[in-house]
Amino acid sequence: MPTLWLVVSVLVLAATGYVLGRHRALQSAGGDIRTLHSLPIYYGLNVAFAALVPALGVLIIWLLAQPMIIESSVSGMIPGDAIPEDSTLGLVMSDVRRVASGLDIAVAQGAMTLEESNSLHAEGTDIRARLGEVGVALGSEVRAEVLQAAQRYRQMTTTGAHAMTVVVALLAVAGLAVAYARTHKDFRARNVVERGILVLLILAASLAILTTIGIVFSMLFETMNFFGLHSWKDFFFGGTWAPNFRGDSELSILPLLWGTLFISFIALLVAVPVGLFAAIYLAEYANNATRSFAKPLLEILAGIPTIVYGLFALLTIGPMLVDFFGKGGLLGVEWMAGATSVLTAGVVMGIMLIPFVSSLSDDIINAVPQAMRDGSLGLGATKSETVRQVVLPAALPGIVGAVLLAASRAIGETMIVVMGAGAIAKFSLNPLESMTTITTRIVSQLTGDTDFASPETLVAFALGLTLFVLTLGLNILALYIVRKYREQYE
Amino acid sequence: MTDISQGSAAKRPGSLLLQDARTVKRNRAESRFKIYGILAIAVGLLMLVTLVYNIVSRGTGAFTQTFITLEVTLAEDKLDKNGNRNLDEIKKVSTFGYAPLIKDAIGKEVEKLGIQTDLSAKDQAAILSKSAAAQLRDYVIANPDKIGETVQFRFLANSRVDGYMKGRVSRESIANDKSISPAQLDFVDQLVADGVIVKSFNLDFIFGADASDQRPEAAGIGVSMIGSLFMMLVVLALALPIGVAASIYLEEFAPKNWITDIIEVNISNLAAVPSIVFGILGLAVFINYMHLPMSAPLVGGLVLTLMTLPTIIISTRASLKAVPPSIRDAALGVGASKMQSVFHHVLPLAAPGILTGTIIGLAQALGETAPLLLIGMVGFIASNAPDSVASGLLSPNSAMPAQIYEWAKRADPAFYERAWGGIIILLIFLVTMNTVAVILRRRFERRW
Repeated sequence: MPTLWLVVSVLVLAATGYVLGRHRALQSAGGDIRTLHSLPIYYGLNVAFAALVPALGVLIIWLLAQPMIIESSVSGMIPGDAIPEDSTLGLVMSDVRRVASGLDIAVAQGAMTLEESNSLHAEGTDIRARLGEVGVALGSEVRAEVLQAAQRYRQMTTTGAHAMTVVVALLAVAGLAVAYARTHKDFRARNVVERGILVLLILAASLAILTTIGIVFSMLFETMNFFGLHSWKDFFFGGTWAPNFRGDSELSILPLLWGTLFISFIALLVAVPVGLFAAIYLAEYANNATRSFAKPLLEILAGIPTIVYGLFALLTIGPMLVDFFGKGGLLGVEWMAGATSVLTAGVVMGIMLIPFVSSLSDDIINAVPQAMRDGSLGLGATKSETVRQVVLPAALPGIVGAVLLAASRAIGETMIVVMGAGAIAKFSLNPLESMTTITTRIVSQLTGDTDFASPETLVAFALGLTLFVLTLGLNILALYIVRKYREQYE
Repeated sequence: MTDISQGSAAKRPGSLLLQDARTVKRNRAESRFKIYGILAIAVGLLMLVTLVYNIVSRGTGAFTQTFITLEVTLAEDKLDKNGNRNLDEIKKVSTFGYAPLIKDAIGKEVEKLGIQTDLSAKDQAAILSKSAAAQLRDYVIANPDKIGETVQFRFLANSRVDGYMKGRVSRESIANDKSISPAQLDFVDQLVADGVIVKSFNLDFIFGADASDQRPEAAGIGVSMIGSLFMMLVVLALALPIGVAASIYLEEFAPKNWITDIIEVNISNLAAVPSIVFGILGLAVFINYMHLPMSAPLVGGLVLTLMTLPTIIISTRASLKAVPPSIRDAALGVGASKMQSVFHHVLPLAAPGILTGTIIGLAQALGETAPLLLIGMVGFIASNAPDSVASGLLSPNSAMPAQIYEWAKRADPAFYERAWGGIIILLIFLVTMNTVAVILRRRFERRW
């Protein structure tokens, strides 16, 4: 792994720079640190940073940009008529990459010399068989254009890696030399170092924005590709979800959205009453002992990983519901065919959301001023009347916000529905049938062997983007409501 | 005066202590309301108890395993026909070549104990795990000098036999099961009575690798534990410094302007983005664009880092905010620069809070499954601990929650037991991490 070694050597260089810089500063002051502008450590850090930061920055940018440049240059080599009809440029490029990495492996294993791998001709040798010998399986015969492109790809990658090593090493050494030369007892090392640190802090803070941009763009591009292959009308307004790999899939989000909303609705039906009443009891009735006992215990439910809830749905709640509603069940009805159903997933998700609703509502109820309760009690209302007629109306916007946040969690929840909800996309009002959700379909379309040129795979990005927009909207709405409410009492 | 008051009291329709119908109704409503609250809490706690009971009662089985102890004669004529102990020639004998040895061994054991059974030798040997022959072969390859001797082995029992020993499999439940018959269970009963079959603690479940669909008895969670460990190292190495740096900037240096506002809104929104969206991001950016290898702990760690960052930033900012301004003022007053006051004084005081938040963020990341499914962190790794540790950050690995999901997908109930057992281990990690976080907070938190 040459990149790792490059990083290590730059780090070693920086450490040396630290010692050198510190030493030179002390020397220029004649060993008396009182005549230095800054503490000696800053002179050392200045040299170390100068060696480290530009070199590593260029390294990261290079690593990000090189694949893109090589990709666009190599894909330009493939003529339009070399792309088979049932294929796309993306697929041909993945062939190119596979051949290139196959050649790499062959050279690494000694099955081919470097010159041989560069001078191979598709007409002369059976590339597929030769690569098969070293354990690289290729789907089809390697065509001349693909082989040429692969050779070019390898060549550019190697050249790029060499150039990167040289540039990064030079930058590190140059940075070290310049900073070392500038080190002098009157040099304002602390100010320079602190400015550098501030820039690094700003970069770290902007990573949050970068992540959001990454999320939006990564999904936006693939979604646009998807809408190029599949009509957006069918996606948003069609009625069926029926992917198949013959190419005439019907990919509509509506049945999935229905399943998602139905399951979330049932989850909220469980979580909101239980969570709300628990919060009211904890805030208004419970003594300190009960409160300090019950509240942390309820919050444990929020800390349990969703995979545990998924298994709980699949293996406990599902079979239990079948015992009641299934064939030969206690109720003597045959309403449920299997353990996976809307109800299974909804109930378990509801359990997961109880602490979410209860702790948020608890905070909000506690924020209602005591004077309002005192006023109501003083007029002769009972405690429950106070809660229902004074506290809850005052806390309502906050509680609505909490419920919206819970709803956004429910819509985005994955493992419980993957394991508990089933895989059938349909519009149905029967909670005992299995149904599928947006997140489940994202997982199933993107796991396994995926081909990033088919609408059946790309639809997952469109689904993801819809999910992102949906949850983001709910969150912003909830935060807006909560914030607006808070302003009334503070 | 007293007369009047007595008179008016007499006019009242009842005593003050007697409740009229409306008061009774209101009081009933009051106690009903209170009961609803108690019920709600009871429901919540009941669910917690059910969940924990379920996990413990179904998962503890995975920690014990049924073993069959047999004396196997490593016959020279079968394993090393030329008798020259050439390792390459010994390796040519496949696991099929070892199966007769096991049959012989179990036949001898039956003879020795004087057990009466109508089962054929093949059916007798079928109570052993399918991994028994491979275990024998590995031993012979590691110790070629033992060929010709009789060695005692502890083989895993077949998952059905194991289920029978744990009460999961009964004679009724195997009516349609081709892999085991009631006669074999009778045979097992006899061997149990003679102490050949014993149930004991199963260290391999905790440290071993996953096994194929056919051998649930040999599956372990150890390798995926290492995968999770690698990911957590990546998360810790990236999320902690970046998160702390971002919080320091936002809390101590950032001017109040629209850019800072956008960053803040962004962070609070990222904290609420569904985890699967981060999986899509990882797939699109790290795997499709940057061509990092699929199933690699490095990619998993990067995705989880992005997911954990908002949590760490939010808790770090809270603990920075809790350090009183007088500390900063005092540092500035004696001539420290702004940067020095933050790094030398504020940060060390906020460290316990930051650490607590980081541990809680890591615990959250450890249990996360959905994004890992998208980047393929469900690699089937059958190699055992030394190899899988050495393979590092870029070679395929699995992670604990993903492994549990894989087991839950397989149809064999023996794998369900493994899945619950895996959850016990996962929860032990989470509980430990959270406890450490709470202790750290209690021990080091300063109230100003």
